[in-house]
Amino acid sequence: MDKLIAGVNVDVNEEGYMNDASQWTKEVAEGIAAEEGVELTDKHFELIEFIRNKVANGETLTIRGIGKSGVVNAKEFYAMFPGAPLKKATKISGVPKPTSCI
Amino acid sequence: MKKLLILGAGTAGTMMANKMRKHLSRDEWDITIVDQFKTHYYQPGFLFIPFGMYSKNDVIKPKSDFFPVGVNVIYSKIDKIKADDNQVLLADGVMLQYDYLIIATGTRTAPEEVDGLKGNLWYKEIFDFYTIEGAVALAKHFKTWEGGELVINIAELPYKCPVAPLEFAFFADAFFTERGMRDKVNITYVTPLPGAFTKPRATKMLGELLEQKNINIVPDFNIMEVNNEERKIVDYGGKEIKFDCLVSIPTNMGDDMIERSGLGDDMNFVLTDKFTLQQKDHENIFVIGDASNIPTSKAGSVAHFAAEILEENLMCAIEGRPLTAKFDGHANCYIETGYGKGTLIDFNYDTEPLPGSFPFPGLGPFGLLKVTRTNHYGKLMFRWIYWHILLKGKEMPIDSEMQMAGKKL
Repeated sequence: MDKLIAGVNVDVNEEGYMNDASQWTKEVAEGIAAEEGVELTDKHFELIEFIRNKVANGETLTIRGIGKSGVVNAKEFYAMFPGAPLKKATKISGVPKPTSCI
Repeated sequence: MKKLLILGAGTAGTMMANKMRKHLSRDEWDITIVDQFKTHYYQPGFLFIPFGMYSKNDVIKPKSDFFPVGVNVIYSKIDKIKADDNQVLLADGVMLQYDYLIIATGTRTAPEEVDGLKGNLWYKEIFDFYTIEGAVALAKHFKTWEGGELVINIAELPYKCPVAPLEFAFFADAFFTERGMRDKVNITYVTPLPGAFTKPRATKMLGELLEQKNINIVPDFNIMEVNNEERKIVDYGGKEIKFDCLVSIPTNMGDDMIERSGLGDDMNFVLTDKFTLQQKDHENIFVIGDASNIPTSKAGSVAHFAAEILEENLMCAIEGRPLTAKFDGHANCYIETGYGKGTLIDFNYDTEPLPGSFPFPGLGPFGLLKVTRTNHYGKLMFRWIYWHILLKGKEMPIDSEMQMAGKKL
């Protein structure tokens, strides 16, 4: 379904995750972040770029992987996206919700 | 002579040695298998050890019992794979050349990855049951334990045999009930998942079972550290849970050798095509079992189903044909629920575990997402099947591809 974010119609699923990563822009990210109660800093964008690259390469996202990314450690990651860091960070990065593969 | 090299002689590697020796002529193909250990562990049996149902001798046999005639066996640590040169370097400096390589080096528990887990209380009040040492130590501990807070914690995903911690919780409930001390034991299941399992219907069914058995569940808990002084586990969000006995499912990682070889992800699982089982960057390397990063359960049943796919694709590659077999991520898990009963789930990359009957539609004899005695006997019987049929790479009456017949949507 389409949702108006930052003045643009963005295709999202029922949980609010973007269906088309190519629709992602910094402005859209800021729009989603505001809904999640997160204010984006340069550090956030650095991490978002890391996440988008990982997903584009078909790699699985984990809290450990992000903790080892060189951008932030796991504790900082939690502080940047309080509550549910992986869920919030992926939503704002315009990539699918990470599935637990078991 | 052409050379097929298999790294790892656990469930997956042993099956592949047996399967490929049948296909490849001994005049043309050398098959060599490398492993650092001489003992084969029946890992599904570890779960039964803490509760005194199996002993160490029930789960070990020499690896050499399961290799076919005509396979070279080398017991050695592996230094690294030099994929660009088609070479494997062993720890003692020996270099092995290969035409095709199968990586089956599995996964290991890495308790050192969580701060404080391997601290003062390790194997005193903190245990794992994914190693023979941990399972045996826990069995000894439970014999004299007087009760308190029993906390079962999964450190992070992915971990081997995703249903085993649930089975452990169910067994613990039955064990302490039968000993007449269940009122003294408070069982808490602490998981990074949002519920008892990942997929909706199995999560609902297993979550209800936990509730019926009076087992508490704490979801969305990502462990940061174990505080040994105050006997508590702490997550990144600041949540704390006290324990008197902590049963940990530590971080799982692939072999360090994968990191040295530059073939894996950040947990040392080999980057693998989830359909063909080919390594992402090297056409003559295939990956099977827990060692790969394919998005399905790390479990023997998955390795078994994948083995049939790999057998076909490896022959395609060797004969210069396109790879025709496609793995669907099929997993099949018997789940012990205590008191001589069990349940069963059957699923793949796309289909979640559904209720129904297995393997014969409408007939069973096993019930999917149902708690029955037959399911429990299925699990017990499996140990015999494992040693006598599965490892030898013989045919089993179950399709490698998941079947929808018998399942209810």
